[in-house]
Amino acid sequence: MNAQVQFRNLTLGYDRHPAVHHLDGAVECGALIAVVGPNGAGKSTLFKGIVGVLKPFSGKIDLCGLRARDIAYLPQQAEIDRTFPISVYDMVAMGLWRQAGLFGGIGRKERDRVEAAISAVGLTGFEQRPIGSLSGGQMQRVLFARLLLQDASLIVLDEPFNAIDTKTAADLLDLVRRWHAEQRTVLAALHDLDMVRANFPEVLLLAREPVAWGQAGEVLTPENLLKARRMCEAFDDQAAECAA
Amino acid sequence: MSPYALLIAPFADYEFLRRALVGALALALGAGPVGVFLMLRRMSLMGDAMAHAILPGAAVGFLFAGLNLFAMTAGGLIAGLVVALLAGIVARTTELKEDASLAAFFLVSLAVGVTIVSARGTNIDLLHFLFGNVLALDDQTLLLVAAIATLSLVTLALIWRPLVLECVDPGFLRSVSRAGGPVHIVFLALVVMNLVGGFHALGTLLAVGLMMLPAAAARFWARDITLMIAVAVAIGILSGYCGLLLSFHSGVPAGPAIILVAGAAYAGSVLLGSVGGLLRRGIPRRHLEA
Repeated sequence: MNAQVQFRNLTLGYDRHPAVHHLDGAVECGALIAVVGPNGAGKSTLFKGIVGVLKPFSGKIDLCGLRARDIAYLPQQAEIDRTFPISVYDMVAMGLWRQAGLFGGIGRKERDRVEAAISAVGLTGFEQRPIGSLSGGQMQRVLFARLLLQDASLIVLDEPFNAIDTKTAADLLDLVRRWHAEQRTVLAALHDLDMVRANFPEVLLLAREPVAWGQAGEVLTPENLLKARRMCEAFDDQAAECAA
Repeated sequence: MSPYALLIAPFADYEFLRRALVGALALALGAGPVGVFLMLRRMSLMGDAMAHAILPGAAVGFLFAGLNLFAMTAGGLIAGLVVALLAGIVARTTELKEDASLAAFFLVSLAVGVTIVSARGTNIDLLHFLFGNVLALDDQTLLLVAAIATLSLVTLALIWRPLVLECVDPGFLRSVSRAGGPVHIVFLALVVMNLVGGFHALGTLLAVGLMMLPAAAARFWARDITLMIAVAVAIGILSGYCGLLLSFHSGVPAGPAIILVAGAAYAGSVLLGSVGGLLRRGIPRRHLEA
């Protein structure tokens, strides 16, 4: 198997404080990985590093030839202006940016794809609704429809099922499984360990330092989870410089 | 008074009114869409600040060349762009937010501008700067205002997709394209350009009026951005037409009359608008079944 993403002694953080500390490892092409760990463990930070929003303090993230547009990223708190007058259809169609770009037209074939994506997330009939009128779960479905159209080889989902009911989460999880079946690489930050055990073959347990990374059953042991929970959440203002 | 005498005769009889009408129409076409985007990006007051920022530049042009269209336009454009960029830099590099840094810049700009104009010119000049003179648009100025409107519409069409995306979901735009930064700057340039156009007709203090009032009013009539822009342009054009008539028949100064009509359109929209207007909210209607 080829690696899709390589972490080499990676340290990411804010204001000189590390939020991800000395991470090594490789994400294989086509892997389906759950990234778990307590709040403040560095999950979002790691994702921001992968998509290039955050530059590493030290070490390296090797994307093995992936270009920025081959990566689809669903942030935890998307900076979406829900009051903006735009329809569900147009919002989803933005996922076609890679083909259409700034000026490219959207033809019959693309319109079919947009409609297929909207129907795949169960929002048929909502096409012309303004995004401001959607519920939280419906909005998440819209964002997943947009991800579908992005046709990315690496998909990064930051807590995609938070504050979402079980039905919606199950529907969206089906899409994640579909991406996995299509050989796309998927990384998802999650808190529901039962969902992780049932659906994700590989797990990275993070608590600023990587606690364990491997098969779900071997990583999610009581000892590992306890170790992760003990991680001190707050930054230590008196912390000395890291020697490693 | 016959409808013809009331509504059409003034424009048929007086050339300066026809010119004013054409000028107002061009302003509405260019400034309306820009205003809608400013409003949707919660930058309405920024338009106001930018309008003031133009003043010292135009005043410097005036200082060197008198009431020369080219010098004042160039000065205004440069000053406006410099303030927009400086405010952006201060906001990005310090803790101050963009609105606060703009407020700081525009207060200083206004003071500098008024000082410069007063030092060289008369009070009439100052009034011209602050309130413009829509009834004295010469060929050159009309051409300039029309050119600005044309350029705005063409540019908006070109940057439409990334501009909308920048407003709705800037994070997503960053992830798929690097167009966000340049598009923001082009948009700021459009704002400044339209304000300079408005400045010649309506003066510093009112230039923003035809930009923001129709946009704010349009929000109450449309749920879709394209329609919202069409409504804003229509309200702007109607304000120009009705304002000039009001001014002609009642003797109110023309610039303020146009803005007053636009203000009335805004007030009417807040009250009666079909999308979230007060009256609609106030009338209790039975809820639906599903």
